[in-house]
Amino acid sequence: MGRRRSFADLTYGLLIGGLAILAVTIIVAPVIIVLMTSFTEGQVLKFPPKGFSLGWYEQLFDPVKSRQIHKTAGNSLQIAAFSTLFGVVLATLASLGLARSRTKLARVADSFFMSPLVLPGITFGLAALVYFSLLGFRPSIDLMIAGHMIVTMPFILRTTTASLSQLDPALLDSSQSLGASWLYTLRRVTLPMIAPGIAAGAFLAFMASIDNVPVSLFLSNARTDTLPIRMWGMMESTLDVRVAAVSGVLITAAFVLMLIMEWTVGLTRRMRD
Amino acid sequence: MSLLGAHHNALVTKRIVARPQRLNFREWQLALPLALAFAALFVAPLLLLVGVSFYDDDKITQPGFASWLKFYGDPFNYKVIGDTLLLGAKTVCTTVLIGYPLALVYLDLSARLQKVLLFIIVMPLLLSVVVRTFAWIVVLGREGVVNAVLMSLGVISEPLRLLQTELGLVISLTQIEMPLMLLPLISVMSRLDPNLRDASAALGASRWRTLFTVTLPLSMPGLVAGCLLVFASSTTAFISQTVIGGVRLIYLPLVIWQQSLVVYHWPLAAVASLSLVVSVLSVVAALSWVGRRSGGYVNG
Repeated sequence: MGRRRSFADLTYGLLIGGLAILAVTIIVAPVIIVLMTSFTEGQVLKFPPKGFSLGWYEQLFDPVKSRQIHKTAGNSLQIAAFSTLFGVVLATLASLGLARSRTKLARVADSFFMSPLVLPGITFGLAALVYFSLLGFRPSIDLMIAGHMIVTMPFILRTTTASLSQLDPALLDSSQSLGASWLYTLRRVTLPMIAPGIAAGAFLAFMASIDNVPVSLFLSNARTDTLPIRMWGMMESTLDVRVAAVSGVLITAAFVLMLIMEWTVGLTRRMRD
Repeated sequence: MSLLGAHHNALVTKRIVARPQRLNFREWQLALPLALAFAALFVAPLLLLVGVSFYDDDKITQPGFASWLKFYGDPFNYKVIGDTLLLGAKTVCTTVLIGYPLALVYLDLSARLQKVLLFIIVMPLLLSVVVRTFAWIVVLGREGVVNAVLMSLGVISEPLRLLQTELGLVISLTQIEMPLMLLPLISVMSRLDPNLRDASAALGASRWRTLFTVTLPLSMPGLVAGCLLVFASSTTAFISQTVIGGVRLIYLPLVIWQQSLVVYHWPLAAVASLSLVVSVLSVVAALSWVGRRSGGYVNG
């Protein structure tokens, strides 16, 4: 009996442990491999990469040769910044209004505002294209900001609502019973307490906008292309090794930003809970 | 919130209610700006999309059912819908197969290692899908990592064809969608009482038996939530599907893209994208119904 149990436990350890190691490898290895390939000397993507050089990065940062890439990166940053800004204002107001309400309507409204996360992005992208075209709008950065705002706002709403529901209502009540106005309480009690939640959501929304393909695919034209769309084009036609260099830059940026957010607002904890 | 807190809260509220000057501010009105933005930029476009699908021609002048009849009169489209849903199901299976063991291992780690692992899991989520897709081209390509390793080991003499196959696509999607499986799973599993597993072991159950009779049933809500997210995301992953799957593997998002931005037949594109929404969301709804039932069984 004892022997059989230890045998079962051994197979458990081997199988579960082995699969878990496989999972970590599959998550991490491709990212590291891309970073390695981006330093290749060669003209083609090959593994193991030949030699070591910063050549592809030099090409990427060359303002003449990579003018298109720089322009699309600028578009991406602009769209992400403005869509996040509008998203923060609208989502924070809405969750202040809805988070503590117990009515059924408030619950329905909350899940309605979260629905862009469930709806396939490509469907919303097509709907937005048809809508704006029939209204007579031409593709522009403004339309992209509006579209990105809709699909990234739920991230802000989720984290802000979560921190509001953890806020002890006694704090607000005592602030008001001591004579503070609603606005004063908001400014001095509520906002400082939920600021980390808003920041975490804003960060996720910003990254989701930088990353967004389905909405940009339909709302952009040659002038307003974003970085992911441009990279998709570079991957579809000839496999340009500069994609590896762009990926290297994006991986580093995401890593550094995530470390900062982890230290300041405890990002991963918020995403887990 | 603690019981004590609620009690205290009730006392404070009673005192305030007694005072007449409590600000009578309708808090829900703060949600109005967002509601207006949603009405104009989300609801209206989607309603219009439904409307456009009931036009016959690409100029959108002839109302009728021709686009729906044309789309569903073509047996090829049934195959595309089936393939799309099947791709989602396969990706869900592989992410569960290797994601669940990782979540189990996460539970046994020290708090410090848990933090590191959580960071590793979340990191790819913030990395552009385009970058993650590109990474798999480097790994699976003719001169990629997998082929280089297998050839140097002498397992194969000719490079395997992994790109533009469904196998390659499922492997890539497994990594790309993995965080969506792991986050809800870990969230539910780390709230389970560790005493339950210890009790099961103390009563003589093997670790396998503890897994299947204690941990798995209790973690069902997280597992179902993860499956929903992975399914919804992998069936609509346009970039990964086109870049790794190539043009020979056809899924619904590619059909939508072709009809709308290559052929410019918006009514047909609308029919295809509404079909995508309905088929994906009905699977999601069915799964979450099953999840709620299993949750009720465990708690009851």
